[in-house]
Amino acid sequence: MKRWESIEDKVIPTVFFVVLIFLWEYIVQVGLIERYILPSPTDIIKAFPDMHPDIWKHVITTVQEAALGFGIAILLSIILAILMDNVKIIKKALYPIIVISQTVPIIALAPLFAAWFGFGKLPKIIVVVLVCFFPILVSLIHGLESVDKDLLNLLKSMGASKFQIFKMVKFPATLISFFSGLRIAATYSIMGAIIGEWLGGKSGLGVYMLRVKQSFALDKFFGAIVIIVVLSIMLFKIIATLQGMLMPWEKEQNKS
Amino acid sequence: MNSCQKNKVLIKGVSKSFENLLIVDDISIELREKEFVTILGPSGSGKSTLFNIISGLIKPDSGKVYIEGEDFTGKTGRVSYMYQKDLLLSWKKIIDNVSMPLIIKGERKEDAREKVKKYFEIFGLEGFEYKYPHQLSGGMKQRAALMRTYMFSKDIILLDEPFGGLDAITKSKMQSWLLDILDRLEASILFITHDIEEAIFLSDRIYILSDRPARIKEEIKIDISKPRNSDVITTNKFNNIKRHILDLL
Repeated sequence: MKRWESIEDKVIPTVFFVVLIFLWEYIVQVGLIERYILPSPTDIIKAFPDMHPDIWKHVITTVQEAALGFGIAILLSIILAILMDNVKIIKKALYPIIVISQTVPIIALAPLFAAWFGFGKLPKIIVVVLVCFFPILVSLIHGLESVDKDLLNLLKSMGASKFQIFKMVKFPATLISFFSGLRIAATYSIMGAIIGEWLGGKSGLGVYMLRVKQSFALDKFFGAIVIIVVLSIMLFKIIATLQGMLMPWEKEQNKS
Repeated sequence: MNSCQKNKVLIKGVSKSFENLLIVDDISIELREKEFVTILGPSGSGKSTLFNIISGLIKPDSGKVYIEGEDFTGKTGRVSYMYQKDLLLSWKKIIDNVSMPLIIKGERKEDAREKVKKYFEIFGLEGFEYKYPHQLSGGMKQRAALMRTYMFSKDIILLDEPFGGLDAITKSKMQSWLLDILDRLEASILFITHDIEEAIFLSDRIYILSDRPARIKEEIKIDISKPRNSDVITTNKFNNIKRHILDLL
């Protein structure tokens, strides 16, 4: 039964996806929508060879920005989460501000970053950090808060030091929610870099998309979107694999 | 129980309030060497607060906690404490869960593993050393938790409703098992429960607590000879004690 269900889980979305693609192809082929408005899937596939040598430097730029920003966001949120968990005043002071800061539309701020930090990689990395930082921090804080109080008391009653409690209980107990934050942030990271690039720069997928859009090469534009999706999924998978490696107990729990 | 037995734990006139609400009111309790003493009282009567005071997690407003004659009021790290929940770390194998107290005391992981290994047989967990907690049954998890508790302090153990979360059948099995291994462990045990039969079956002495604020209503000696088996539950003597306690509560 279970095996059949898991096959079903994979087959149904795949079939639905294929049907959608065919429908899209059909609509464009019969001319319901003009090609210069929406290229068909085969048009997009045909565009890839044309994009070939030129696109890679843009991909590399975007991945660099996303990875660097993601890394900085992880580091920053870990430091902040530990501080906020240990010093309640810091948490009380910072948490509301951090939440409010998330209501500011990043897309509106991005041009300012370009004005302040120029058209290099820095303003893009800042956008990525801002976008990724919040989900990771919130998941960390939530994880640290949800550690069983009795468990903490038990360790205290054994005379464990604050560092021992962190290492033995708080850190591993937080890992699971940390990773769920990481997965969300990972998909945001590529998107954040694109938003940053959209507002100007020398290279990057966002810059590329802007250029091909202006020359009405919509097939290449959609090609770039496919690349972005693939990159995001790859990053997501990397995080999931990392989680499986760092948390072997979870994997065995799911198996049984 | 002869009088030359040493005092392991002595609590003298301990009181504690939270936010002006008196929870523990002038309680004095003693636990002698190798004795099994139960604190029996209704739920929410402040039994766990009393244990937190003995283990040093909470400082009493007045009164003292002496362990082997030494003042341990508000000091942690001397007695071992087991909760109703097993509180095993799901990310550690059983052997590492059990060696946690030794690692906190500063031993190396390998040494700690080596030391705990020989106890797996006593606690009936042989063959489960390298399993994760979720692979064990409820009763086995409690045994593992008790083993971890024992690894921390072998002479004084506080048990806070350790079988409260188990089903009736597993619970009665665990009670017999506990009596059985206590002979080999040579520990002094302070036990919390609201289950009257459990209290009589396991204990040498019982302190009956009142509703909040917790006061000692009576101290009862259980003079049913040990080792006991589950048959004692149906004897006259057992029932008389049970009726007496029911009248008190």
